[in-house]
Amino acid sequence: MRISIDKIISLLFFILSAFYLHQTYQIQVFSFDENAPFNAKTFPTFIAYIGMFLSILYVALPERTSYKVDYKVLDYKSTLFLVIITVIYGFVILKVGFFLSTSLFLFFSYYFLGERRWVWMFVLSFPFVALFMFLLHGLLDVYLRDPLLKILGIIG
Amino acid sequence: MIEGILIGLETALSIKNILMVMMGCFFGTIIGMLPGLGPMTAIALMIPITYGFEPATGLILMAGVYYGAVFGGSTSSILINAPGVPGTVATSFDGYPMAQQGKAGKALAIAAYSSFAGGTISAIFLLFAAPSLSKVSLAFRSPDYFALMVLGLTAVSAFSSKGQFLKAMMMVILGLMLATVGQDSLSDITRFTFNNINLTDGISFVLVVMATFAMSEALTIILKGKDPSRASERISLSQLGSIKLDKDERNKMLKSIPRSSVLGFLIGVLPGAGATIASFLAYGMERNYVNEDEKKKFGKGSVHGLAAPETANNAACSGSFVPLLTLGIPGSGTTAVMLGALLGFGIQPGPRLYMTNPEIFWSVIMSMYIGMVILLILNLPLIPYIARVLATPKNFLIPLILFFSVTGIYLMSFNNFDIFLMIGIAVVATFLRLYNFPMPPLILAFVLGGLMEENLRRSLLISNGSFNFLWDRPLTAVILGLTISIISWQIYSSFKKKK
Repeated sequence: MRISIDKIISLLFFILSAFYLHQTYQIQVFSFDENAPFNAKTFPTFIAYIGMFLSILYVALPERTSYKVDYKVLDYKSTLFLVIITVIYGFVILKVGFFLSTSLFLFFSYYFLGERRWVWMFVLSFPFVALFMFLLHGLLDVYLRDPLLKILGIIG
Repeated sequence: MIEGILIGLETALSIKNILMVMMGCFFGTIIGMLPGLGPMTAIALMIPITYGFEPATGLILMAGVYYGAVFGGSTSSILINAPGVPGTVATSFDGYPMAQQGKAGKALAIAAYSSFAGGTISAIFLLFAAPSLSKVSLAFRSPDYFALMVLGLTAVSAFSSKGQFLKAMMMVILGLMLATVGQDSLSDITRFTFNNINLTDGISFVLVVMATFAMSEALTIILKGKDPSRASERISLSQLGSIKLDKDERNKMLKSIPRSSVLGFLIGVLPGAGATIASFLAYGMERNYVNEDEKKKFGKGSVHGLAAPETANNAACSGSFVPLLTLGIPGSGTTAVMLGALLGFGIQPGPRLYMTNPEIFWSVIMSMYIGMVILLILNLPLIPYIARVLATPKNFLIPLILFFSVTGIYLMSFNNFDIFLMIGIAVVATFLRLYNFPMPPLILAFVLGGLMEENLRRSLLISNGSFNFLWDRPLTAVILGLTISIISWQIYSSFKKKK
């Protein structure tokens, strides 16, 4: 018997709801609130039970429309790369600063996605980020944390 | 009301706000034009820019982005048969055949005039309907609000994702689960934080919107190997043909616009319905209204078939502001994003909004007229140039979307944890999207989660823990009855299809 991915996701959702229910019972409410008609546990408990009911219903009911995914065309490599480079970007943005980390993130993302028009790649990374920073920090007065540019004395 | 209109005009006509409407319409048109990127993504990407703004200015900008994106979607529908947003799918039925007949300019002009007329007429309806409904909604009590939110979530699940009701309902539950993370609003007890201090204040709304829309859209485009710019190779953007309409075409348009505006506005007001259903219904209704000769032209470049859905989808956009501004309950994913942004500004929309913050209430309505004029001015002469956006390579587009998403969160919290959490949610959302799990119900549930719990708490405390509050008041019972009808209809239609 083959089980569709949709149903596997529903089963995972059932496990998530069950885990959520377990966590709901771990919530420490005040003793005077324990038997109140409504406390911090009430709403999450309803949600957990409804979640479990819906996922079981989806698994139990026969498949109406089978949604086919063409796995052959899926580009896992590029997607994974983008996720990894975004994680690295998120990691270094506080340490290196907004300008340098963002410019490098954009430049390398363009390159990895197959772009080789160097002028455009440069224009849409370093000068583009500088312009964006000017718009946000200079014109709209939105605070931008950039330790590197602060050390260099470019921003206050 | 006159005083309110004047306050609204004063706010909306300030140089800054006019600039915001122009910017919103412009960027909305550009983002909406790109296949796959709809108004929700467009608004999500704009949120970081609004951080330093007054609430009225921020909302005016987002409203401009909203109707700009809907119009932008129709351009890609007409030119390349790739609707940028679901609300413009019906536009492609007759818009694309017209473009193929060498009348792309005319099709774009009809779409621009119809959008303008639909948006303007329904903004007039909004002007009168919103204050009246605000007065009526003062009679709403906690049980009614709770029932109304349940109705909204059920309706969005039923209508926004055809044939995927259970999947959509699971997304609703996931949204509610995410909304319960953090401190309980009444007792301050922390829930589902796993002793992580970063989760004590809950998960940010901007983070969830960016992750489930902007970022996961970008990852989905890469994962599926779609290149939105590839479709633009099929058209010659410089040879769109004349945009002048003859008398016969103008007459046909004038017949379609009034009825489609009324229908679009009414559908827009309903929770969960919105531009997509409005445009399809308007298309169907128009087909029934016209004579046999005209009926045969449907699907082959009919003026009626293009004007009706274009009018209705823009009218529905204005209509969808009615429940947001008067009840504080968004009827669609897009207005849910706006509600989240408003809550971020410290503004609670609802029946008292037009008394407590008249400048927001009226300026948004007034800015719609300005926005419609700007869209018309922007779209007619500039469309051949703006349409070149369709040729933006994904190699540039995707990293820029990721950059805007991360920046949005970085500017908000200057915290690595939020960025990683956003990436995690985006990866899960991309996987779920791949298997057709809809995201708008998740966002709506996330935004409404806190309000739902609040109203359920009050209702249960008043009724001393009894669930009688669900049918004690006639209004609550009627709303609940509608919810049950929608669920029953979904069950019935699923069995009917199986047979």
